[in-house]
Amino acid sequence: MTDKVLMKGNEALAEAAIMAGCRHYFGYPITPQTEVAAYLAKRMPKIGGTFLQAESEIAAINMVYGVAAAGLRVLTSSSSPGIALKSEGLSYLAGADLPAVIINVQRGGPGLGGIQPSQSDYFQATKAGGHGDFRMIVLAPNSVQEMADLTVKAFDLADQYRMTAMILADGTMGQMMEPVSLNYGEPKKIEKPWAVTGTKCLRKHNVVNSLFLVPDELEQFNFARYERYKQIEENEVMYEEYMMDDAEICIVAFGIAARVSKNAISEARKQGIKVGMIRPITLWPFPKAPMLKAADKVKEFICVEMSMGQMIEDVELAVRCKKPVTLCNRVGGMIPSPEQVLASIVEASKKGE
Amino acid sequence: MIVFDKPKSLADVSMHYCPGCTHGIVHRLVAEVIDELGIEGITVGVAPVGCSVMAYNYFNCDMVEAAHGRAPAVATGLKRANPDSIVFTYQGDGDLASIGTAETVHSAARNENITIIFINNAIYGMTGGQMAPTSLPGQVTQTSPYGRDTSHCGFPVKVCEMLSQLDGPEYLERVAVNSVKNVRNAKKAIRKAFENQIAGKGFSLVEVISSCPTNWGMTPQKALEWIDEKMIPYYPLGVYKDRSANKEGGNG
Amino acid sequence: MFDTKQVLFAGFGGQGILFSGKFLAYKGLISDKQVSWLPSYGPEMRGGTASCSVIISNEPVGSPIVSTPNILIAMNLPSLDKYEPTVEKGGIVIVDSTLIERKVNRDDVTVYYVPATQMASDNGIPTLANMIIMGKLLSVLGEYDEESIMATLGKVISARHKDMLDLNLKALKLGMEA
Repeated sequence: MTDKVLMKGNEALAEAAIMAGCRHYFGYPITPQTEVAAYLAKRMPKIGGTFLQAESEIAAINMVYGVAAAGLRVLTSSSSPGIALKSEGLSYLAGADLPAVIINVQRGGPGLGGIQPSQSDYFQATKAGGHGDFRMIVLAPNSVQEMADLTVKAFDLADQYRMTAMILADGTMGQMMEPVSLNYGEPKKIEKPWAVTGTKCLRKHNVVNSLFLVPDELEQFNFARYERYKQIEENEVMYEEYMMDDAEICIVAFGIAARVSKNAISEARKQGIKVGMIRPITLWPFPKAPMLKAADKVKEFICVEMSMGQMIEDVELAVRCKKPVTLCNRVGGMIPSPEQVLASIVEASKKGE
Repeated sequence: MIVFDKPKSLADVSMHYCPGCTHGIVHRLVAEVIDELGIEGITVGVAPVGCSVMAYNYFNCDMVEAAHGRAPAVATGLKRANPDSIVFTYQGDGDLASIGTAETVHSAARNENITIIFINNAIYGMTGGQMAPTSLPGQVTQTSPYGRDTSHCGFPVKVCEMLSQLDGPEYLERVAVNSVKNVRNAKKAIRKAFENQIAGKGFSLVEVISSCPTNWGMTPQKALEWIDEKMIPYYPLGVYKDRSANKEGGNG
Repeated sequence: MFDTKQVLFAGFGGQGILFSGKFLAYKGLISDKQVSWLPSYGPEMRGGTASCSVIISNEPVGSPIVSTPNILIAMNLPSLDKYEPTVEKGGIVIVDSTLIERKVNRDDVTVYYVPATQMASDNGIPTLANMIIMGKLLSVLGEYDEESIMATLGKVISARHKDMLDLNLKALKLGMEA
């Protein structure tokens, strides 16, 4: 017997947010992340929290901005088209150095797209979350347990670095059930002397703001922010290496694509092909170092992703074109099959023979 | 001896507003009310995008700068996070009645327990005088150089009238600041809008008909007269909703 | 019977397809197996057909998607038509023969025909055809033991529907004997 329970990814994530001390959620319905909202709509009132269905994703992210400004942990969730609407707010959160956690349970695009799983918001999440120079911490779970664990982590990182952290999941991660255990202890408390909670007439008034009309002042804020980003790149990179010890081919995949790739790797190993995987858990900061290291010993990288080839650009940069990087993908809500990934592995293994 | 002091809740800095602009008057009224109610230490204000974008520098309470039109959503977050605080937004007509219409309507529909000070001067001031959602029919602006043609770009949005159709809001009043009498009434309304929040009554919005001499192309004096001649006939002053007093509909 | 059970439950909405999957996954979890459960979702779910993938393994589960099941539960004709060709050679197919009149065409799989919907109706438990089939599956797999079944039902049936527990047990028993 086990203490684990079966939970949907969306629900595990929502419960983990509560365990991380989040008591405020704002969202707008969109498939396939609705369980997050439905779960919190049930739970929040029972624990003195706030669940509020906003009039739009735009309103929701700005409510998030308000709670974050008041110094409390706050969550919103949506799916691809809804995240696009939130991008204004994401930029303002960055500009005002406010911590918040954003969930994107991705679906196929562009436009209204479809509702089946996708990873085609990789660029949006890691590079273009909104206008201006800024980064978000982007975490990519590949199991229900990680949906929960990384949510707690996201709140901690967001508070620690005063920035937004995004969980970049997909419909599969949100909808699937797996055993999870949720044991996190007391939420981390990080002092927020900058929060707007009323001066109590005891201090100078705080201002939460992203407007700086004097160019060199704005430049300094950007420099300071990027110093912080540098620390994150040094300290917070997370990835999993799978069967990389003797690997001659390296798969790079995250989320559901990494799960599918594991099946393909098992099959390929049965055929005697030495293949492993580096699975980024943080998409930003991207695990460049292990990939560069792997470039010295593998002959080829295969990027398995559910987009027309987005993460592959980061892989190419990370390995500095030392070795070829090929793409194995499906899009539009399709998930690559283990057979498709295996075929790519077999093809790679035959090169140069 | 009567000493004319600056309200404690106004910061000791010079404002960037144009000569003759009535923002300064409304800032002062809000600050006086905050002082009189003794809520400076628990008040959090939300500044908009527009001429009053830098209101966060002028009020001495904690302040948040919101994205364009989103102040009511930000205020919702602030109030829900900290229900004991007093949260107000200060927004212009472009911010509140154009890009932020949804946030305005829905915070009113929710009867969100916040106070909104809405400056209606019928023009986009900050960007240099473009047509606002509240620009009058025929009004000449940079983007309606031949006068606002209602057959082409529609009619002004009457915010108090519109919101008064909702069951949600507690209190809606339209005031003006173009005469001593009107300024005194405006202060009363603003005070009530804050008192309502303290009493937990809910959404209170005061629409303040204001002048923009610079972009209207008038002297400050002429601008104040124009409010009487053109603005108030189109935007009648009065209480549009006061649920506690069981009063609905304009009395202009 | 199989090192890794790759189970596909398929039918139409309202037949308890997702519940069956959840039951089997929980039973695996209680037996300290690695498990995953993945439903079809969205308009497909609302439009009538429902399916779910369940994997039960001694090893960590890779992809949660079952594309070549070694166990197929087909509870309506479109499901059998769609998934029969995908079943792994040597796999098991259980068919609700009340709702599916045709026979399975494959001769490299083991097929069990259970008139589950008729049995459920005859026994006054019309909503539990899914669990009659589950009873059959457990008996075929040699995994019908009441202790773990009770423990599993305790997990998947919420406290306020405790009355359903006995009925589910009844359905499982009917299936086991079928």
